[in-house]
Amino acid sequence: MTERKDLIQEFLLIEPGELLETALELRTAGYRLGQACATLLGDQLELLYSFEKDNVLRNEKLTVDAAAPELPSITPIYSYAFVYENEMHDLFGITFRNLSLDYGGAFYKIARETPWNPKFGGGEKAAAPSEDGVSSEAEGGEA
Amino acid sequence: MSKRTVIPFGPQHPVLPEPIHLDLVIEDETVVEAIPSIGYIHRGLEKLVDKNEWPEMVYVIERICGICSFGHGWGYCKTIEGNLGVSVPPRAEYLRTILHELGRMHSHLLWLGCLADGFGFESLFMHSWRLRETVLDLFEETTGGRVIFSICKVGGMRKDIPNEMLKKMEETLRGIEGELHELADVFLDDDTVKSRLVGVGVLTKEEAFELGAVGPMARASGVNNDVRLDGHGVYGEIGFEPCLEETGDSYARCKVRIREVFQSIDLIAKCVSMIPDGDVAIEIKGQNPAGEFVGRIEQPRGEAYYYSKGSGQKFLDRIRVRTPTNANVPPLVKILQGCELADVPILVLTIDPCISCTER
Repeated sequence: MTERKDLIQEFLLIEPGELLETALELRTAGYRLGQACATLLGDQLELLYSFEKDNVLRNEKLTVDAAAPELPSITPIYSYAFVYENEMHDLFGITFRNLSLDYGGAFYKIARETPWNPKFGGGEKAAAPSEDGVSSEAEGGEA
Repeated sequence: MSKRTVIPFGPQHPVLPEPIHLDLVIEDETVVEAIPSIGYIHRGLEKLVDKNEWPEMVYVIERICGICSFGHGWGYCKTIEGNLGVSVPPRAEYLRTILHELGRMHSHLLWLGCLADGFGFESLFMHSWRLRETVLDLFEETTGGRVIFSICKVGGMRKDIPNEMLKKMEETLRGIEGELHELADVFLDDDTVKSRLVGVGVLTKEEAFELGAVGPMARASGVNNDVRLDGHGVYGEIGFEPCLEETGDSYARCKVRIREVFQSIDLIAKCVSMIPDGDVAIEIKGQNPAGEFVGRIEQPRGEAYYYSKGSGQKFLDRIRVRTPTNANVPPLVKILQGCELADVPILVLTIDPCISCTER
């Protein structure tokens, strides 16, 4: 019979400069990356990385300036983080250095640049007009 | 070295109910690299927290997917309940577990049908979906909806399901068990089916862990990361043991899902025999989420994360859903490397992709 363990979760604040070191430490300890996401809070973007091992969930939080968000990619440590980092790039405009699989803003085919971070772009993409003549504003204004 | 060619696969393809695109780099008939591309149906559902108060967001979140919609509703309620620090009545936990397992049956039977259709076994596809109809009828009878139920709410369940109806549900499921065994025999013993699945798309246990695989994809490779082991809902009370396989091929992924269909019937039967009487919801008044919480549940396709962050207002700062297909795309890329071009559709199907979930 497999042992059952209740989920234990904690939220820990780290500096952006500690991200790679923390990810490497957790990877070495056998944690897997559960998810990563961003939240716009005023002038700041709060990033949350959730690492899980044996029902222990470590949520590492860090904040960056929403006007010029840039961070190192953790894909050299967790290769499958490219899904989350490309998503954060497309929705929030966060630049990830050394991203192993960089879709260059085309991960989500959406009408607006960084729709969830209006302070950093938030405008329409310079895409070709659609064939039916409907403007990108009308098509995807709400993103 | 043979000449390399890039073949676009999708977003429109007969085996794909939803759009995903793969650039397949091939040498002769062998795939040497696959580069996935999604993004055709991003709807921005998470962003709707700006326009919907948190009690209403459950309706939005359960519309992420038309197959695991109950699970999404439950996951959302779980993260908000954790954020508020409230517990739901035991009967509500039992009802949630019953409906969630019913949803797993629905999802796996649908997937089995799609798989049969993928390798051209039309009658097997029709039998799978015919049995799935029985599950959908049970949903309709108990919740009023076949796809979207709106029965789960923060604090419990919107309405009770009478014990007599639950017993009838169990009887109905036991009634189709024989037919399910006949179906399973074809999937697991038929030579034409096995020739397409056995030894195809092997993902080792180490690779499954390294690439973050979840759900049946991980369990078919022997990785035991089933979220139900944390005992959420009533999984801790009714006794639960994950279905694990070791070979990590397409056949193992099929076998895990078939075993889980029968396991779901047993889990539902246990719930029906143990469900206590009582209220199905608590009243939550004058409280707004003011912290953050990560809830997890085991969706039919695997582990799903639900992160909520609030600041004491009616509108949340953030709701984030990490769905199983998000996690299973990197393992898909791995199993496609070195496969035959003709096996690509089956391999894509074996992760049970849900692009609506992935893009939200």
